[in-house]
Amino acid sequence: MSEFRTAKGGRICRKTPLNFSFDGQSYAGLQGDSLASALLANGVHFVARSYKYHRPRGIMSAGTEEASALVGIDRGKGRFDTSTRATTQELFDGLKAQSQHCWPSLKFDVGALTALGSPVMSTGFYYKTFMWPKAFWEWVYEPILRNLAGLGRAPKEMDPDNYSSIHAHCDVLIIGAGPAGLAAALAASQSGSKVILVDENNEIGGDLLNCPIAQIDGTNSWDWLAETEKQLASLPNVTILTRTTAFGYYDQNFIGVVQKLSDHLGSLENKPDNKTLRERLWKVRAKRVVLATGSIERPLVFAGNDRPGIMLATAAKTFLNRYGVKVGNRPLVITNHDSAYESAFDLAEAGVEVAAIIDRRAKISSKLVEQAGKMGIEILLGHTIVQTSGKHRVCSVRAAPVGENASIRKIKCDAVLMCGGWTPSVHLFSQSRGTLTWRDDIGAYVPNNYTQDATSVGACNGDFLMSQSLNKGAVAGLEAAVSAGAKAPKSTSYKVVNEALTSDIPVEEIGIFSTIGEGKAFVDFQHDVTAKDIGQAVREGFHSIEHIKRFTTTGMATDQGKTSNLNGLAIASAALERPITEVGLTTFRPPYTPTSFGVLAGYSRGDLFDVTRKSPTEKWAEQNGAVFEPVGLWRRARYFPKTGENMHEAVARECKATRTSIGISDASTLGKIEVVGPDAAEFLNRIYTNPWSKLGVGRCRYGLMLGEDGYIFDDGVVGRLSEDRFHVTTTTSGAPRVFARMEDYRQTEWPELKVWLTSITEQWAVIALNGPNVRKLIEPFVEGIDFSKDTFPHMAIREGMIFGVPTRLFRVSFTGELGFEVNVPSAYGLGVWQRLMEAGKKFDIVPYGTESLHMLRAEKGYIIVGQETDGTQTPDDMGMNWAIGKKKQDFIGKRSLVRSDMLAPNRKQLVGLMTNDANIVLDEGAQIMGEKSNVIPAKMIGHITSSYWSETLQHSIALAIIDGGRARMGEEIYISMPGGFYPARIVDPVFYDPEGERLNV
Amino acid sequence: MLLIDCPYCKEMRPEVEFSHAGEAHIDRPADPSSLSDEEWESFLFLRSNRAGICFERWYHIHGCGRYFNAVRNNVSEKFILTYPAGQKRPSDAQIKGALS
Repeated sequence: MSEFRTAKGGRICRKTPLNFSFDGQSYAGLQGDSLASALLANGVHFVARSYKYHRPRGIMSAGTEEASALVGIDRGKGRFDTSTRATTQELFDGLKAQSQHCWPSLKFDVGALTALGSPVMSTGFYYKTFMWPKAFWEWVYEPILRNLAGLGRAPKEMDPDNYSSIHAHCDVLIIGAGPAGLAAALAASQSGSKVILVDENNEIGGDLLNCPIAQIDGTNSWDWLAETEKQLASLPNVTILTRTTAFGYYDQNFIGVVQKLSDHLGSLENKPDNKTLRERLWKVRAKRVVLATGSIERPLVFAGNDRPGIMLATAAKTFLNRYGVKVGNRPLVITNHDSAYESAFDLAEAGVEVAAIIDRRAKISSKLVEQAGKMGIEILLGHTIVQTSGKHRVCSVRAAPVGENASIRKIKCDAVLMCGGWTPSVHLFSQSRGTLTWRDDIGAYVPNNYTQDATSVGACNGDFLMSQSLNKGAVAGLEAAVSAGAKAPKSTSYKVVNEALTSDIPVEEIGIFSTIGEGKAFVDFQHDVTAKDIGQAVREGFHSIEHIKRFTTTGMATDQGKTSNLNGLAIASAALERPITEVGLTTFRPPYTPTSFGVLAGYSRGDLFDVTRKSPTEKWAEQNGAVFEPVGLWRRARYFPKTGENMHEAVARECKATRTSIGISDASTLGKIEVVGPDAAEFLNRIYTNPWSKLGVGRCRYGLMLGEDGYIFDDGVVGRLSEDRFHVTTTTSGAPRVFARMEDYRQTEWPELKVWLTSITEQWAVIALNGPNVRKLIEPFVEGIDFSKDTFPHMAIREGMIFGVPTRLFRVSFTGELGFEVNVPSAYGLGVWQRLMEAGKKFDIVPYGTESLHMLRAEKGYIIVGQETDGTQTPDDMGMNWAIGKKKQDFIGKRSLVRSDMLAPNRKQLVGLMTNDANIVLDEGAQIMGEKSNVIPAKMIGHITSSYWSETLQHSIALAIIDGGRARMGEEIYISMPGGFYPARIVDPVFYDPEGERLNV
Repeated sequence: MLLIDCPYCKEMRPEVEFSHAGEAHIDRPADPSSLSDEEWESFLFLRSNRAGICFERWYHIHGCGRYFNAVRNNVSEKFILTYPAGQKRPSDAQIKGALS
């Protein structure tokens, strides 16, 4: 047994020894230890180097507020956790921990040399120093700084662990299972209310775990705790979650909670099934929230307050009482608050020699003086520490009367326990947008106005005594249950003996710092911000606390200033010579403690990251070698390469087959909406630019839809199935917004129209067949439809059967060839496709994907909304005035089309481009210039919207929008690309079959 | 995450089921062609853009599919009232009543 482990006591299991390593050195600990307590039991205080100056740092707390003892935990490949607090990491057998911010080793650290330059590295150093010369930033400063910067290191592999998430609803959510939270849970659960109790520690109890001597209603506190746990666990309406942190408080009592399930169990690397969860995200919606989040002890700000061995007073008490670890053989206490005396007395009781208690206050309660006298502990009233010594561990302090640099006395010690009062943990309360009020007597902010259904009890509300926590917790629990709808249960009151020795003498001062010489007095231990830095920030003109925070970075480290914010605020207040309440407070934001990306992502990773929509033939395409691309949420076949073919060759083959015989393509992703009702035609008249009333039954029309601003919004073919029924198609990615838009006008602008809308996108599979032989292919398999050229013309729709299943057969074309779109119920999509492929063999049918689709339509000058248009094109810009129903009184966007800017002659208009060199395929998005010129800035007259190699024409073609383009036919223009300026000629956008004869065969 | 009271479903549903649909109580003119450029501009672009109590349209897109109106405080983000599209704008007294 090490000399620092007590003979008895604590909540560790002395029968279960564990081995662990720190920086490669092996140590022994016990089941129930934290990494910090196990290191201290081995006499190890020096565990880290600080972030900016690489100063030796120790363990400053025993809990979640730890700002110094940050280590890397190695759980195997992809499982390296950086900046883990040694105080919250539970020990497991084989744990491997590493120190951070040091090279080549913790004790001999080259980076510590920066400390030698620290007199010039004052706050704002980086902002001020690396300003010039400008070019140095990218090539010199940034790479060097990046190398130096950062907290720890991140793993480079994918995170192999599993995370889950769950929604939970409850009547009362209690955050914190200390005395206040437990009393609240007991009271709230009595009448059957659904209660969730969460606590970040590995066991419930909170401050009770530090106070084994207290007695509650005549029972020892730990027995009371065990009894309470048993009782709560037996209730079906209570859920207790330990190792669980409420990290964010959002609107309407929505709380984000992370439960750690296996970080205390060792590596999951060798678990065979890979099913063990690492963390679970609870998304809790509570009718009522009880905040029992406790408080955090403040450090004191004195020169050299960061040496290993210097820690919060309560931490020493926790290590002793909970873990059975003495933090030193001769600790010294420095305080301005009564609570530190408990640590001193508990240590003395355990046989530890307390060097002295230095109290900044001139007068304290006689009870404390008496007790110290009995234990033989010297008290120096009205004194403070002005300097500390010790390279890798504190070995002595120099004490002096407050405000003097005379009568300095050196006191030997091997640990310093500091207490600067207590700060209620109002993080979650503040996140809930509650406002705080300052309490002079405790020197801290406490909750004041609530904006959500919550209440704060115990230390987080400024009531630090255990009896207050228990009794106020009981009342809060009862009220919460009642306000969440329970019948009033009976009330409880608690009597506590041997609770803290806290007297009524208030904290007299906070944020006063004392130094002599050039010693650094740290405020923010994690970001190395000193009291002087804050003073300097104020002198340099930063007067808002938010600016001081950002300039000095105080409170901006991973601990978010849990121990430093109030000290920083008080020092700023003194420097500004304004009362603390006028300086304001920085904003509390989630998360309360660092939260892994893994748990926030949860299941949403890999294939489950986003929805993938698949058409009925997707599997067939997969089996037939298709290369896919995402189109909106859809996974669409892009092209079907044969062995050895690249995309260019595959597309050339697919296009050629379509122009000469038959190409087949899946168009199921097209948006489809059925518009039904006596006013269906009138509805479409108002939605589209085109007229619909006179469209005959069985006929189709291309429809163009604008925004009220007059710009093209979507397009698609609409077929009339009967007087009151239209089958509308939209673009693939536009389907949801077109449907939402139609519903919007139907519901809110024209509720008088008798019309109903149904999305049928997923109900119909669409197989597009294009090419001169298509009619010959399908005619034998279709029943109930007359196929002759005149009775079933281009732009018509018929209903019948194909291969024995119902079909809506469109005769339409997006390729310029004879085209049919076979709509069949989705379940038959794959079957019909396979039969068509089989039957099409004798016509050498070829499947094609989106790439050929784009190519074929570009040869015909058909636009794609979103490719040729970008939300600023009118129908006229696209040369589509023919689509506007001139006689219509109104349609969406009509009024905007007559605004003067919309009629300007020099608007960008759709044109075709033929490159002078047939083989140059232009870059889509490339800028177009009217003349070859190197003058900067060059005048751009438009850009390329689509560009392809046309196998049909054996020539590169492009579509573009160009200022006044239609009036510039034949002009030579220049396209600016990385290789230089490429000349091209403006031509009509219809490159192939301008008369449209191939459509009408 | 907010809970929103859909006036058609008559149920509090999570925010992810809804999408915002702009300011409420802006009627599309009966005959846009008769409007001056200034009047059309006002309809098309000009919004009150107030901080505090505002009138909004919401769409229960992943629910009943209905558009409705809401009174909301866009500073605190809180919903104060929701009501079906086409209903009159609630009076100050009604909003006050809902707030208390």
